[in-house]
Amino acid sequence: MLLEVQDMSVAIGGVTPLDGVSFALDRGQIHGLVGESGSGKSLTAMAIMGLLPLIGGRIIGGSLKFDGHSLQRPETELRKLRGRRIAFITQNPMTALDPVRQIGGQVDEVAMMHLGLDRKAARERTIEILKQLRISSAETLVRSYPHELSGGMKQRIVIAMALAGEPDLIVADEPTTALDVTVQAQIIHILTALVRERGLGLLLITHDMGVVAQACDLVTVLYAGRVAEKSTTSTLFQAPRHPYTNALMASVPRDDMAIGELKGIPGFVPSVAGYPPGCRFHPRCSRKTEICAGSLPPLLAKDKESALACHNPLDGAQP
Amino acid sequence: MMRWLAPLRAAFGRPSGMVAGTWLLILIAVAVLAHLLTPYDYDIQDLANAKMPPNAAHWMGTDEFGRDLMTRIFYGARTSLTVSSVSIGLSLMAGLTLGATAAYFGGWFDRVVTTAVDLTWSFPEILIALILVAIIGPGTTGTMAAIAVAYLAQFTRLTRAQILTLKSETYIEAARSLGASHKHLLFRHLVPNALAPVLVAAMLATGDAIILEATLGFFGLGAQPPTPSWGAMMSSGAAQLFSAPWIILLPGLVLTVTVIAINLFGDALIAALDIRTKLRDA
Amino acid sequence: MTEILRLENLTRVFNQPNGAFGKPRQMTAVRDVSLSVNKGDVVGIVGESGCGKSTLARLILRLVEPTSGRVFHDGTDITQLSHRALQAARKNMSMVFQDPYSSLDPRYTVADCLAEPYVVQGAKVPEGRIDTLLSQVGLSRAMAQSYPHQLSGGQRQRVGIARSIALSPNLLILDEPTASLDVSIQAQIVSLLKDLQDAMGLTYIFISHDLGLVRYFCNRIVVMYLGAVVEEIPHPDCPPQHPYTATLMASTFAPDPKLRKELVALEGEIPSPFNLPRGCAFVGRCPRASERCKFEQPVLALGPSGQPVACFNPIGA
Repeated sequence: MLLEVQDMSVAIGGVTPLDGVSFALDRGQIHGLVGESGSGKSLTAMAIMGLLPLIGGRIIGGSLKFDGHSLQRPETELRKLRGRRIAFITQNPMTALDPVRQIGGQVDEVAMMHLGLDRKAARERTIEILKQLRISSAETLVRSYPHELSGGMKQRIVIAMALAGEPDLIVADEPTTALDVTVQAQIIHILTALVRERGLGLLLITHDMGVVAQACDLVTVLYAGRVAEKSTTSTLFQAPRHPYTNALMASVPRDDMAIGELKGIPGFVPSVAGYPPGCRFHPRCSRKTEICAGSLPPLLAKDKESALACHNPLDGAQP
Repeated sequence: MMRWLAPLRAAFGRPSGMVAGTWLLILIAVAVLAHLLTPYDYDIQDLANAKMPPNAAHWMGTDEFGRDLMTRIFYGARTSLTVSSVSIGLSLMAGLTLGATAAYFGGWFDRVVTTAVDLTWSFPEILIALILVAIIGPGTTGTMAAIAVAYLAQFTRLTRAQILTLKSETYIEAARSLGASHKHLLFRHLVPNALAPVLVAAMLATGDAIILEATLGFFGLGAQPPTPSWGAMMSSGAAQLFSAPWIILLPGLVLTVTVIAINLFGDALIAALDIRTKLRDA
Repeated sequence: MTEILRLENLTRVFNQPNGAFGKPRQMTAVRDVSLSVNKGDVVGIVGESGCGKSTLARLILRLVEPTSGRVFHDGTDITQLSHRALQAARKNMSMVFQDPYSSLDPRYTVADCLAEPYVVQGAKVPEGRIDTLLSQVGLSRAMAQSYPHQLSGGQRQRVGIARSIALSPNLLILDEPTASLDVSIQAQIVSLLKDLQDAMGLTYIFISHDLGLVRYFCNRIVVMYLGAVVEEIPHPDCPPQHPYTATLMASTFAPDPKLRKELVALEGEIPSPFNLPRGCAFVGRCPRASERCKFEQPVLALGPSGQPVACFNPIGA
């Protein structure tokens, strides 16, 4: 397994915004991490990248393994992994690039730092990567500054930086949320192709169910810091078991919906300071029973690809 | 009203704010109640008791004319606080108006105001004050006018900067879409939201203004005798530096502590406002 | 079917200063847009960034002055109204904004926000009106004294909607009202908007970049590209005629893994609005471009299936 998150809990200050999260990702797979605000999906990405100290967070339970070895290591060791074997693509390409440096140099730097290439070899490599990302005028583009580029182009540069270190795993946190629809389609296709062609692993964090349906093989659904459900994409859309997943799907407009069918989920996501007792979704759940308010449903795995945390799932059966 | 008390209370909650705020409150009380707190008059001379060091009858001693120093310091506080707060208050109101209208309407009016303000900005406050006092004549009126003009630039610029940022907030656009008039936008939305930093600046400027008043007083251009003013007291006390140092030192000490207290309280206010903002957005 | 809104050749040009001595650069944000909206319509205006849909929304309300063109609301030409008359006209049409976090004055309570439309028009708030408005948008009465920072994004947006219906307008312009909200909250708000429309007989102009949402909610769709209307789709099920609309649809991922899409090779970059090509703005990226497209700008005309489209080679021709 390329990435294994096992029962991981993260604390910031006195609260635990992420509680017992488990999922796994293999080479050549695109794993979608889905959730709305407050679900903890960005926090998961930061935990994997070892960036929790930046926000005063720390892993307080469970394990995090990359290629069999724990990621809970000192910063000096993590720095060798970051950019080299695990790459990070953030939500906002506008702020991911240094505005006062040419983009060519920024991509070169990754190869120079992690692969030990000299400037000339790194530049050749950068142009090679840009061409692979279907950027035709790569030779002139390397001398541009970020403000001269469109949002979609900037995100492609960020992807180029992510690829420059020859990573095995890419963690992409909402990589297309800030982009136009047509640009998003291109970026998603580029990322998908990369995974298939190079056998990379991609953890795709998103709130967009369309992106999930299009690109992901496996999906983990987070709600209020815990895993609600995990399964293959087709199962998730055709036969969701968790009431939250089901209600979430029903909140996404589809072409075959009649007007009035779109209702949403009543209430709102609880904040970390005010989690309800028992299952965190139960106040909004149409299937809640007595046990739900009393105890947190445990995350139980059905097989390698599915898991569920619910006392009263839709298919009635216990996992 | 209640909304304004909350940041003040928060400022008092901080240790530096509490100490500084307490001093300021005491000073205000002293200035207001001076006539009740001391049996002496500030201008009755008693040459027999001139230049006496602090003793039981005169807790801070007497000056070169035998006048009780503590009484003169108390009444001097009245002068300092009145002159500085009135002048800064006037300056603030004028600055808010000019800055808000310049930022809101823009165009040539903005350019005229900004240029005029930038011109005064380039002069040190003391120079502006001296020029104005030379025109108007020494005394409290002249001093107040001088201080008001000297600080106008600061308040105008600060207000203008705030309003420029706030102008593009969505709630302003929303109010316009409801049909709001310019007056409504300025007085019900823009100025209230711009006030906080400008008020804190005004508070800190009051400390500066007290020093400016004392400086003018030192040169005999401020409040004229027999009205006591810390600056004038220090000026006449300078000549007695070696024979009766308390005449210059004690007013100087009170002046220093007051200005430090104003700055400390202003800082506490800023910190309290920031924290509240942070908590709000969390 | 009464016409409630008519836009005639609306154009808005922005001048951007070009240094101290350069001639100002011109950017045409909205180019010659004409549209007719009937009472009860829910018109969706879609397009990507730079298409001018937000500017168009503001032109309709005259929050931004048109460079040329007219806007008729209920038969009145609001572009010719005096400043004072315009303020009064604003009773009948209002706007809901995208960002729930900055569309409410942080120093105003919810009750203040809802009272503001009355205050602005110089009228008194009728007894019990605030409570009525709150319940109409699904908020509890207790929230009247809350401040915006105490409310969630969805709740704030409900306040914004309540504020916009306070004076019972007949036309509501919604500028990406759900773009900043979670999916489940977005669905709640859209459901609320539907209920309000049924209860109050409102007409909506719904601006969004989310084609899926627009196809669900709107009965007519207007597609914009770089300031101009490229196509009007009278019904969400009608197939696209303009190549850009087809691209937009092909790029929209359906929430269904069975409907996975193959890569649509959209080459080229969107041109800068300061430097539009001489002909059709889409020519650099269009798979159906011909020579004529490079030199002539197409105008909106009825296409092969009877829908208005601005294209020399529409799909289906």
